[in-house]
Amino acid sequence: MNRSEIIENYSDIVVTKFSSKMWSTFLVLGIIVYLIIAILSLDILQIHKKWSPERASLFALDTYAHKDHVIMKWSEPDDIIMSFEGSRWSQYVGPYQKSDGLPARYPEWTSIGSEGETKISFKNGGFVNLYDDKVTIENWPDTQETLVFSLDAQGKPYVENVDNLPKWIRITENKIEVRPSLYERVQVYSKKVEVHRYSLGWNYFWFDFDSPLEPYGIWNAISLSFSGDRIDPNISNFSLLIQEFLNNDMWHHGQILWALLETIFMALLGTLLAALLGFPLAFFAAYNVTPFKFVRTILRRLFDTLRGIDFLIWSLIFLRAFGPGPFTGIFAIAITDTGTLGKLMSEAIENTEEKQQEGVESTGANKTLQHRFGIIPQILPIFISQTLYYLESNTRGAVIIGAMGAGGIGLQLLGAINTGTSWENVMYMSLLILGVVIFMDTMSSKVRRALIGDETLGAELQLAKMAKK
Amino acid sequence: MQSSLPENLIKIENNLKSLTRTRSIYSFLSIAALIAVIYSGLIVAETGNATSIWVGLPKFFDYPIDLFVGSWEYGYRWNLLLLEYLPDLISTINMALFSTAMGTLLAFFLSIFSSRNLIKSKTTVLIFRRIMDICRSFPELVIALVLLYLLGKSALPAVIAIIIHTAGALGKLFSEAIENVDKNPIEGLESCGASWFTRIRFGVVTQALPLFLTYTILRFEINIRASTILGFVGAGGIGEQLYTNIQWKYEADTIAIMFLLVSTIIALDYLSSYWRKSLIGLKS
Repeated sequence: MNRSEIIENYSDIVVTKFSSKMWSTFLVLGIIVYLIIAILSLDILQIHKKWSPERASLFALDTYAHKDHVIMKWSEPDDIIMSFEGSRWSQYVGPYQKSDGLPARYPEWTSIGSEGETKISFKNGGFVNLYDDKVTIENWPDTQETLVFSLDAQGKPYVENVDNLPKWIRITENKIEVRPSLYERVQVYSKKVEVHRYSLGWNYFWFDFDSPLEPYGIWNAISLSFSGDRIDPNISNFSLLIQEFLNNDMWHHGQILWALLETIFMALLGTLLAALLGFPLAFFAAYNVTPFKFVRTILRRLFDTLRGIDFLIWSLIFLRAFGPGPFTGIFAIAITDTGTLGKLMSEAIENTEEKQQEGVESTGANKTLQHRFGIIPQILPIFISQTLYYLESNTRGAVIIGAMGAGGIGLQLLGAINTGTSWENVMYMSLLILGVVIFMDTMSSKVRRALIGDETLGAELQLAKMAKK
Repeated sequence: MQSSLPENLIKIENNLKSLTRTRSIYSFLSIAALIAVIYSGLIVAETGNATSIWVGLPKFFDYPIDLFVGSWEYGYRWNLLLLEYLPDLISTINMALFSTAMGTLLAFFLSIFSSRNLIKSKTTVLIFRRIMDICRSFPELVIALVLLYLLGKSALPAVIAIIIHTAGALGKLFSEAIENVDKNPIEGLESCGASWFTRIRFGVVTQALPLFLTYTILRFEINIRASTILGFVGAGGIGEQLYTNIQWKYEADTIAIMFLLVSTIIALDYLSSYWRKSLIGLKS
């Protein structure tokens, strides 16, 4: 068979028309043109101007590391301040006199050298030494010689041996910035010297800086809570442990966990309320249950309206009525999902098998019993699986509503991001949200799988399949 | 009376009774659990809320009434406001459309690598599934807020956030669709020596495309809502306009924007359900 014969015999399979061959090409072309327009209009190409890797890596560093500050003023070289994250409320040592030796609570990475200088040791083996009139960096891996910084006659900072200056030292008019890597930083100003020492991990996660349990660490504190003498004579060790953990001033565990609980309950109660409202209403909107077209049409339009007015707008309206708080979230979710669940369920009811209802009818049961035993057993698994599906997506929704003013973990997160400094808290809250959402997701998909068998097609399609039946 | 019944019937009767008992215990327990959840939830909500529910409930209609009164006073020029905010609506739709397109593309690649019938290596499948889980579980808002802080206020962070979320959410659905395709065409292609790409192109994509499109259209609808919300936190578009007008208490403008949003969402709802129906019809 040659080409023309094939075309002749299989004209319904072999496409020769130019237009029908080309439409997909035009479609692809159209998509490409749109993408180019969108990329230009959304400034996607400007991304490299806005994105500074340095800034981003600093923020990223802050999410998993903490830093200790050491500050020495040139005018009072004897008073050195060491603090956690530079906070005034968490100083290892306040201003102390070097001649008196190190105070009781000093970090293990500091020591007093032979000439009375304060030595700060770093993870890479190097030392920063604070003398009365100079600062030296010695034993640093990248450079052999000892770098010496001090003030000149005009009071400007300078480096003493400049012949072989490493790249990571930046000298400007009033400041010398030494940043060999992300984990070490020395800034020499004309007024003071500031040393930042980064270490990995979330410090003071369990107990804050001033907590009486802080020196023990979490495991010792737990074992102390079951045996051992009372640390605070007024309160048992176990209550002290709980109290100190929840009232942690740096991580705000109590506040954050409460906010998380609020968000979870927002989603849970909102979905429950929607299910309780939507389920009965769905019966009144289904033609095989309710004979009155008038009622059905009104309910259908009501569902559409509730669903169409987005939960964003509902939450704005409820925010005015109830003020910031979980009720706003609960009602916004409940109202939106009443519409969604009502619509989906009324469609499911209309698609149930009539035979079962007829079977119940043949035993002489009245209408209510027919619906109870003829329809509900058919739609209950779908109903529960849909509700669980929405519970999972509402958990994410509750975080969003929370950030828009309804409170809960969303608002806490927004606050933490807007301060711009507590990135470790942002990370902590993000992980909590992630955990809760993944938990909800796994649970709901497990239950759904158990209820409606191998649920692989997704809830939406399940209904579409039913609608076809 | 009972003793006169045959033994097997008594057995059935007793069985039924015990089953009913267990059942009623289960229903009682679940109802009790439900009530406990609602009660404790209400306590949490009542303590966390600024206004008590009984104070807030009567005030529910205050804001809608305020809005309508405000726009009534604005007069007949109200409909011009709709035109004024149309460009913002279009920019929001543009954001959603672009991020849906990009997200779908990404989801497609992710889903291929997380489908057991296409990738033999179990670790690869597992890794890609976890990646998708993480992308999906983060609310868009969280990613967008962080990126907005890093990149400054523009549509870009929102677009990236929606793309990430869309890739995760669609990727999961896509991979489920891919895993459910008929194996025979793939095997047929393999038997005539088709490469891995050809097998995917003609064996998988042809089967799963209607489902892919269905899910994508559904996502587009969701993403329009998402990009509106992200506008609230500084991504621009109609969400930002809504936020500022609410802050400034411009009732007429607020109502106009809400009207635009709601009509867009409802129109898209109808359109997408029409598309979906025709696509699923095509499939069978």
